[in-house]
Amino acid sequence: MNLAFRDVRHNLFRFLLTCLGLGLLMTVVLAMMGIYNGLVADALNIVKAPQADLWVVEAGTQGPFAEASNIPGDTRDAVARLHGVAQAGSITYQTIEAPFEGGALRLYVIGYERGRLGGPQTIAQGRGLQASHFELVADAKTGLTPGDTLMLGRNRFTVVGLVRDTMNSGGDPAVFLTLADAQVLQTQLAPPAARVQAARGGSVNDGATVAAVIARLDPSVDAQSVAHTVRQWKHLSALTQAEQEDILIRSVVDKARKQIGLFLGILLTVSAVVIALIIYTMTMEKLKQIATLKLIGAPDRVIIGLIVQQSVALGVVGLTLGLALIMAVKDYFPRRVMLEPVNALALTGIILVVCVLASGLGVRAALKVDPATALGG
Amino acid sequence: MLHDSRRVIVDIKGVAKHYGDGEARVDALRNLDLTVHAGEVVALLGPSGSGKTTLLNIIGCIIDPSKGQVSLDGEMVYDNRWLRGDLRRLRLDKVGFIFQAHNLLPFLNATDNVALVLQLAGKTAAEAQARAQELLEYLEVGHRARAMPALLSGGEAQRVAIARALANGPRIILADEPTAALDSKRAGIVMDLLRKLAAEQDACIIAVTHDEKILDRFDRLFHLRDGRLEDDEGERT
Ligand SMILES: Nc1ncnc2c1ncn2[C@@H]1O[C@H](COP(=O)(O)OP(=O)(O)OP(=O)(O)O)[C@@H](O)[C@H]1O
Ligand SMILES: [Mg+2]
Repeated sequence: MNLAFRDVRHNLFRFLLTCLGLGLLMTVVLAMMGIYNGLVADALNIVKAPQADLWVVEAGTQGPFAEASNIPGDTRDAVARLHGVAQAGSITYQTIEAPFEGGALRLYVIGYERGRLGGPQTIAQGRGLQASHFELVADAKTGLTPGDTLMLGRNRFTVVGLVRDTMNSGGDPAVFLTLADAQVLQTQLAPPAARVQAARGGSVNDGATVAAVIARLDPSVDAQSVAHTVRQWKHLSALTQAEQEDILIRSVVDKARKQIGLFLGILLTVSAVVIALIIYTMTMEKLKQIATLKLIGAPDRVIIGLIVQQSVALGVVGLTLGLALIMAVKDYFPRRVMLEPVNALALTGIILVVCVLASGLGVRAALKVDPATALGG
Repeated sequence: MLHDSRRVIVDIKGVAKHYGDGEARVDALRNLDLTVHAGEVVALLGPSGSGKTTLLNIIGCIIDPSKGQVSLDGEMVYDNRWLRGDLRRLRLDKVGFIFQAHNLLPFLNATDNVALVLQLAGKTAAEAQARAQELLEYLEVGHRARAMPALLSGGEAQRVAIARALANGPRIILADEPTAALDSKRAGIVMDLLRKLAAEQDACIIAVTHDEKILDRFDRLFHLRDGRLEDDEGERT
């Protein structure tokens, strides 16, 4: 006869209520993990999306995701002519606010050359850009739908297609424009002084800069050696895809990682303390029954089993509730909540350890209790 | 009836027990001898604080005496040979407790409360259930076998507790005010039952009581006063 199970069944409502409380706490912990994963995945998504091998950027900068990078618009031709480069494309990135339906949309504008690298990979709904002007493909999180129109700068654009999970590390959803449109937008939205400078500065072609040129290499070519060649050019630098991802993780994601990591640490500590308290009180309330068990001759292992089994059951049921709950609500979060099996496994491990340690406290109290207290006379 | 010709179950020699030390020292028992034989039903009487519960706890191996010897059913208990776990095992096999408050486990029904001690002693679940049911029938609470303790009347709960105390066929049954929670009619029934059990199972029963009305159901009365024992007017019939 399993005493832990009998006791739980006898106080089922209370046990479930405790599990629910613990489950909610677990939901928050899991949400935190999921938000962090989503953040990393989203940030990397935008770097991985062009499926490039090499990023050519302004000399002395860490690339367009870490800081402003401006290189001449004709760099792409030079890069394309390099030995080993299969494809190349110019690309721009900028974050803008655009008025839409009485509100403002924060958008991460990606300009790319149609037919070259850098465009959206998979169109989820509608089609890709076909006209050379005034069409855009938007991330579904913008809330836009194909057929919508909106003003970007001084021009009206029509949404022709939707993509998913494309946003910058700040969570602003992306829209794709043709490179020419994006460059015009850049000039229109630039501060007036800069605009005057640009107007004085020379021909139309020269004035148009891009953020980076991305290149796909022949499989046989070593990305580092091509990067080395580019670095010898004046005003330019080059990053391999791996370096670019690494920089992004370090410069953009690291802060978020520390922030969320610390928060997660606090949450886990709170959970551990709560679990320990619950289990300790559960045992304290049972001290008289435990004294009775000792009095009728139950060995210690029966008493330890009662406490440990109950606390593990509490942890497992709480965790299961937490998992079920986060799966049910994760799509309502503004940012992507991405849970990997390994997260759930890690949390299970942590919770089990916490439960067993916490029941150690209860077990200590239980083993110390004097069987005479059951006599109460 | 000559008790001395029968087997000695509880044998206590020179037992003393004090709580605390120095100023706070309380001498609960002083140099006490007591012998109880198989089949005997004896009462411990005395004013509050005279050491009745202390004596019962020493016999039940719940607390250690400060000095003296205790032997239960031929086994010397307090001579440093025994570990706590062994004492608990001894208790499981030889001692049955009946408490003033019935102390049934609230999360087990009547049968399971009894079956638990049988299973702890090594019976299979099926054997334990059958024997528990039998014991409850014997104590005339068979009809309440599936009820949870909270739903039993005081008398029913007390009888379930007695069934539990008897389950492993103990040689010693210790009862601290077993009838305090019962009316005098029920108290009489419980006492008759205990007498019957002592006779049938060849066990001895030591009960603390304040209840004047049931004193005639005991073979011997022991008066405790200030931690010393005064054997009453000897034996009764
Ligand atoms: N754990 C303890 N610590 C200190 N003193 C104790 C302890 N238990 C009992 N005593 C003291 O020992 C003496 C005997 O107590 P005991 O409980 O044996 O009396 P009793 O005869 O059972 O009394 P009652 O009829 O009130 O139940 C009392 O003075 C009591 O205060
Ligand atoms: Mg007492």
